[in-house]
Amino acid sequence: MGNEINREEITLKGIPASPGIAMGPAFLIETEEPAVHRRQISDEEIPNEISRFEDALIQTRKEILEIQKKISEEMSSEHAEIFNAHLLVLEDKMFLEEVISRLRKEKFTVEYILVDVIKKYIKVFSRMDDEYLKERISDIDDVGKRILRHLIGQQRQDLTKLKEKVIVVAYNLSPSDTALMHKESVLGFVTDIGGRTSHTAIMAKSLEIPAVVGLEKVSRWVKNGDYLIVNGNEGIVIINPREETLKKYQEELLRFEEFTRRLEGLRDLPAETLDGYRVKIVANIESPQEIPSVLAHGAFGIGLYRTEYFYMNRKDLPSEEEQYAAYRRVAIQMAPHSVTIRTLDLGGDKFVSQLDIPYEINPFMGWRAIRFCLARPDIFKTQLSAILRASLDGKLRLMYPLISGIEELQQANRILREVKEDLRKRNICFDENLEVGAMIEVPSAAMISDILAKEVDFFSIGTNDLIQYSLAVDRVNEKIAYLYEPAHPAILRIIKNIIDSAHSEGIWVGMCGEMAGEVLFIPLLLGLGLDEFSVSPVTVPEIKQVIRSMTISQAKEIARECLTFSTSEEILKFLRLKLKEIVPEVIV
Amino acid sequence: MRKIKKKIVVRNKQGLHARPAALFVQVANKFDANIVVRKGTLSANGKSIMGILMLEVGPGTEILIEAEGEDAGEAIVALEKIVLEEEPELIR
Repeated sequence: MGNEINREEITLKGIPASPGIAMGPAFLIETEEPAVHRRQISDEEIPNEISRFEDALIQTRKEILEIQKKISEEMSSEHAEIFNAHLLVLEDKMFLEEVISRLRKEKFTVEYILVDVIKKYIKVFSRMDDEYLKERISDIDDVGKRILRHLIGQQRQDLTKLKEKVIVVAYNLSPSDTALMHKESVLGFVTDIGGRTSHTAIMAKSLEIPAVVGLEKVSRWVKNGDYLIVNGNEGIVIINPREETLKKYQEELLRFEEFTRRLEGLRDLPAETLDGYRVKIVANIESPQEIPSVLAHGAFGIGLYRTEYFYMNRKDLPSEEEQYAAYRRVAIQMAPHSVTIRTLDLGGDKFVSQLDIPYEINPFMGWRAIRFCLARPDIFKTQLSAILRASLDGKLRLMYPLISGIEELQQANRILREVKEDLRKRNICFDENLEVGAMIEVPSAAMISDILAKEVDFFSIGTNDLIQYSLAVDRVNEKIAYLYEPAHPAILRIIKNIIDSAHSEGIWVGMCGEMAGEVLFIPLLLGLGLDEFSVSPVTVPEIKQVIRSMTISQAKEIARECLTFSTSEEILKFLRLKLKEIVPEVIV
Repeated sequence: MRKIKKKIVVRNKQGLHARPAALFVQVANKFDANIVVRKGTLSANGKSIMGILMLEVGPGTEILIEAEGEDAGEAIVALEKIVLEEEPELIR
């Protein structure tokens, strides 16, 4: 800090874009546009200006392709995709023609015309209502500045060559700026503009760099070398903090790091209570690509492998071989842990074009999931056959979505038997003990769970739909979002009923909805007797931490108490209080 | 030179925004024909992503696609498909 010590502490409030706390010296990057003068040119200069423009375009294209290559090597291809948008802008016919034709007509330098054309586009796009279109401004701006820098022969501060650890301060960071940042040298970043869902924010999150955006004037307040605190959890930036502020944050940072480290240390430990009661924490996945993350976060299996993505974005139906190869890969990679495959759950909010599912007014209650599969046994059998064949390579299970009555379950099981019979005839082996489960997400199924339990090996509670159907609340309708209450006393009773009837029939129960991944509900669900929690990979450590910090008798007491309340509010308040007692570090 | 015009109501769920717009432009650029998209009194070069985005074509909007050139017929067929499909597949 040195001579900056006399400067006053300033606190700015912005938008939290990426969590974490960072402290360090500020590094201001020049984001002001290079000065471009309005200079008239002669007719003879026109061809030269055009060829300068063309050269700059070629250079820019080269530059973008290089960055794109670098990013897809270091990060994911998803992030590299942003640059496809940049290339589209760079190659845009209307844009290029406009620059050249105005250059010919108005006879100003190409720099001046370019800046003016870009300005015009930005103005038009910023007037649009659509969030997506508004965000294209940063693509246009980014490309425009790149071309301009090549025209003037000026290079931007290279973020890849930073020598010390800094906090980057800028008016705006383009996605390509963030992409070039290295975690080793960039502690955090803060910008004047930008929103929570901008590409820049998304990149910061995936790089795990704390960031605050939308600070309005931060780039004008901060001088190079000022000491900064970036609180990406709350969206706060403190410039030149006083001793006591700094101390407070240093302590908080230590606590935060300590907590993260402890969570990492939990990876190989089981989800076991202090008094030795064990449950299973498994993960929800959509594609085999997520398996490394599942294992890294210490999930002991997969509780929900969604298979819809096979059927999406394509013209034909996935073959048995293709599905077999994918299921087999997942089974092998996860072995000896179990993988629960959910059979096709189309409809509701998930559609595929090639199947020609007619438009429905009420799709969540329509022709979907198991209903669709039973009507199209050809598609269903292909999937079942692929799952059965892959079952030899690991520990697979399968479950049917949206079961609403016993007949459906029996019919699905009958089709499964036919597929097994067919495989036996063809001398193809499979796991004869493959466990079969039913998802309980329709209130009618929950009510007759004692009857359904006789037909399956396990239940998996799908809370998202169960809550929506039980409370008659469309979960995509924002106007009634306040009614979507996982802690509604009715939901608690329904869950208790499902678990109790399953246990008295001797089968186990998992949960794969959002509710299982909410730290707040863990003590309650544990106390109700849930056997398996299937959650998104990143939440696994925190949930383990909660379970490992309490006893099963404590959990049962909490569950008992919760069932006595009459409102969701009381239940939530009570759970928050209890959770604070169990794990004070958890933020809810 | 062939010139073909076709009025279409956009069925694509996102309208001609985001990826569908990019797809539209990619496909348009494969043809030699000049392509113009009109919405009301506004018009844009069908081969320009910025032009298409600036038209702000939402789902359910009526647009007019004009193609002029030897392969105008094929161009119209290909572009119409993107606009009419609810979730067009991306071509890479």
